[in-house]
Amino acid sequence: MSAGTEKDRSGKNSASSGLDDRRSTVNRLSAENVTLAYDQRVIAEQLSVEIPDNSFTVIVGPNACGKSTLLRALSRMLKPSEGRVLLDGQVIQSMPAKKVARTLGLLPQSSIAPDGITVADLVGRGRYPHQGILRQWSAEDERVVRESMTQTGVAELAERYVDELSGGQRQRVWIAMALAQQTPLLLLDEPTTYLDIQHQIDVLDLCADLHEEQGRTLVAVLHDLNHAARYATHLIALRGGKVVAQGAPKDIVTAGLVEEVFGLRCQVIDDPETGTPLIVPAARRARAAAGDRDAARKAVATGAS
Amino acid sequence: MKTHRAVRTPGGLSVRLDVRALTVVVLLLLAALTASVVLIGTGDFPISAADVLRTLVGEGDAGQEFIVTELRLPRVLVGLLVGASLGLGGALFQAISRNPLGSPDVLGLGQGATAGALTVIVLFSGTADQVAVGALVGGLVTGFAIYVLAWKRGVHGYRLVLVGIGVSAIVTAVNGYLLTKSDIVDAARAVVWMTGSLDGRDWAQVWPLLALCVVLVPLVLANSRGLRMMEMGDDVSSALGVRVERVRLVLLVSAVLLTASATAAAGPVAFVALTSPQLARRLTRSPGPNLVASLCMGAALLVTADWVSQRAFGTDQLPVGVVTGVVGGVYLLWLLVTERRAGRI
Repeated sequence: MSAGTEKDRSGKNSASSGLDDRRSTVNRLSAENVTLAYDQRVIAEQLSVEIPDNSFTVIVGPNACGKSTLLRALSRMLKPSEGRVLLDGQVIQSMPAKKVARTLGLLPQSSIAPDGITVADLVGRGRYPHQGILRQWSAEDERVVRESMTQTGVAELAERYVDELSGGQRQRVWIAMALAQQTPLLLLDEPTTYLDIQHQIDVLDLCADLHEEQGRTLVAVLHDLNHAARYATHLIALRGGKVVAQGAPKDIVTAGLVEEVFGLRCQVIDDPETGTPLIVPAARRARAAAGDRDAARKAVATGAS
Repeated sequence: MKTHRAVRTPGGLSVRLDVRALTVVVLLLLAALTASVVLIGTGDFPISAADVLRTLVGEGDAGQEFIVTELRLPRVLVGLLVGASLGLGGALFQAISRNPLGSPDVLGLGQGATAGALTVIVLFSGTADQVAVGALVGGLVTGFAIYVLAWKRGVHGYRLVLVGIGVSAIVTAVNGYLLTKSDIVDAARAVVWMTGSLDGRDWAQVWPLLALCVVLVPLVLANSRGLRMMEMGDDVSSALGVRVERVRLVLLVSAVLLTASATAAAGPVAFVALTSPQLARRLTRSPGPNLVASLCMGAALLVTADWVSQRAFGTDQLPVGVVTGVVGGVYLLWLLVTERRAGRI
C-alpha cells in the first residue's frame, strides 16, 4: 500500500514538474543505460529496464543473454561500468548497504547453508539488516521469523537441520530467509532450478502469493518460458544483452517473439488452465522442413544478388 | 537442542546468547587458568597451587615471589596470549576461506615468519628482539603476498588455500636454503626457534602481545556478525547488507597480525591455529565462526601443551611446538579423513 502512494506521488511529480529526471522515480527500481561487464567481457550495453511497482516481473531469455547479470546489477552485486541503477531515485551504489538491504532482498543462485544450522537460525539471519550490536534479537525479529516460516510452510521444520532437508524444502527455507528481511522488493535468481516439477510450481505459487497478498514487487529470472508466461504480470525478454520485448505476457508472447528471442519455431496457444499464452515447440519434422525452406530461400537470395 | 536465549531490556536493547557456547567459553577459560596455575607451580622448585595463588595476589614469600612473577608468570602469560592469538587468527582464516584447511599453518604464514626470523638469525646474527621483528615482518609480507595473489574480484576460499599452499612451498624452500647457509651455532638457534618454544620468555614479550590483543580482539568481535553472515556466501551476505570486501579485509589483516605476532613471540607453534577453531566448534555445536570459544581454546591448548612438554618426559624438556605438533598432526590426519568422507575435499 505504501508503494502505491509512492507511485502516485512521484507520478504527480513527473506530471507537474515535467522534468525528465523525475521519470526515473516513477518506479522504485530501474536501470538506466547500464553497461554490464565482467572484467573485459561485456554482457550488455546501454540497457535500460524499469521494474513496475507491485508487479511480478519475470526476466527470460536464452542462456548467456545477460538475465542473471541484469539481476545482479539491479541488486547492486555488480556495479555497472556505465550508467546507473536507481532505487527510490538514488544511485543504488551510493546508498548505505543496510538501508538497501531493508528495501531490496535477493535470493541468489549460490548460497551455502552453514554446517549444523537449524531452519529457524537460518531464517533468523535474514533479520541482519534490521539489527545492530545492541539490538541483536528483538521481539519483532522473533515474530517476523515465525511469520516468514509460516508463510513458506516451513514452520514445522524450525528445529530441523538445513542439511537434512530436501531440495524443495531447502529452497523454501532460503525464501523464508529473504522474506524475514521484510523488503518491499524481492529479487530471485532462478528460484526453481534443480527442483522437480511439483516443487517448481510450489515455489512459483508461493511467489505469486507473496506478490498478490502482500503487494511485494517481485523480480525473478526463470528458465521456463511457460512458467514465466503463466505467473508473470510483467515479462522482460532479453537477447544478447538487449530488451527485445516487455509487457504483460498475453500482449507480447507470440510465436514471432519466441523465434526472435530463443530461435525456436513454435505455436502459441491459450493455456487451458489460465488462459495465459502457452508455448508449444514445433515438432521436429516441421522445424527441419522449415529449416530447409529457409536455407533454400537464402540460397535463392544469394544467387539472385 | 535450542540453546539460544534472548535478553531484552525495556529500552529496546536486546542481546542474543547461546547458552551452550557461553558455558563452553567459561569452562575453557577456567581450564586455561587452572593449567596456568599448575604450570606456574611446575619446575625445578615446585610450588603448590595454593602458594601460587597466594603469591599472585601478593602474599607469598620473597623467594616464591621472584620465581613466580619474574620467571614463570611472564612465560605463562606469553603462552596464554600466543594461544589466544593463534586460536582467534585460525578461526578467522578458516571462516574467511570457509575451509578448515585454510588456517595459517597450511597457508604458510608460519613459514613466512620463520623466513623472516631465519634471515635475521643467519644473515645478521641478530638479538632475540630483532629475530622477533624479523618474524613479524616475514609473517606480514607473506600474508600480504597471499592476499594479493589470491585477489580476483574478492578473495575466495579455495583460491586462498591453494595460493597459500604454493606460497608455503616457496617459503619453505627459502628457509631450507637459509639453514644450509648458516654455521652450526646459528643453525642450532634457528632450529630451536622453528620448533616453537616458550623458554625464557619474559615481560618484554608480554606487553606488545597484550597491547595488540587489546586493540585487535574488540575490532574483530565488532565485525564478527558480518563474518557470521559471510558463511552463507558472498552474494547472500551482501544482499543482507554486509560490506563483504571491507569486513574481509579488516578481518584478514587482523588475523595476519595476530598470527604473525604470536609467531614472533613463540616461534611457529604448530597446529594450534588449525585445531582450536575445530575443537571449539565441536564443543559449542553451533554454526558460525565461534571466535571467542576458539580464542579460549587456543589459550587453554597452548598452556596445557607447555605443561606437558615440561613434565611428560622427565628431566628432558621439550619445546612446546613438539607437543602441539604431535597432537595437531594426528588431528589433521583425522580431519582430512572425515572431510574426505563428507566429500568436501
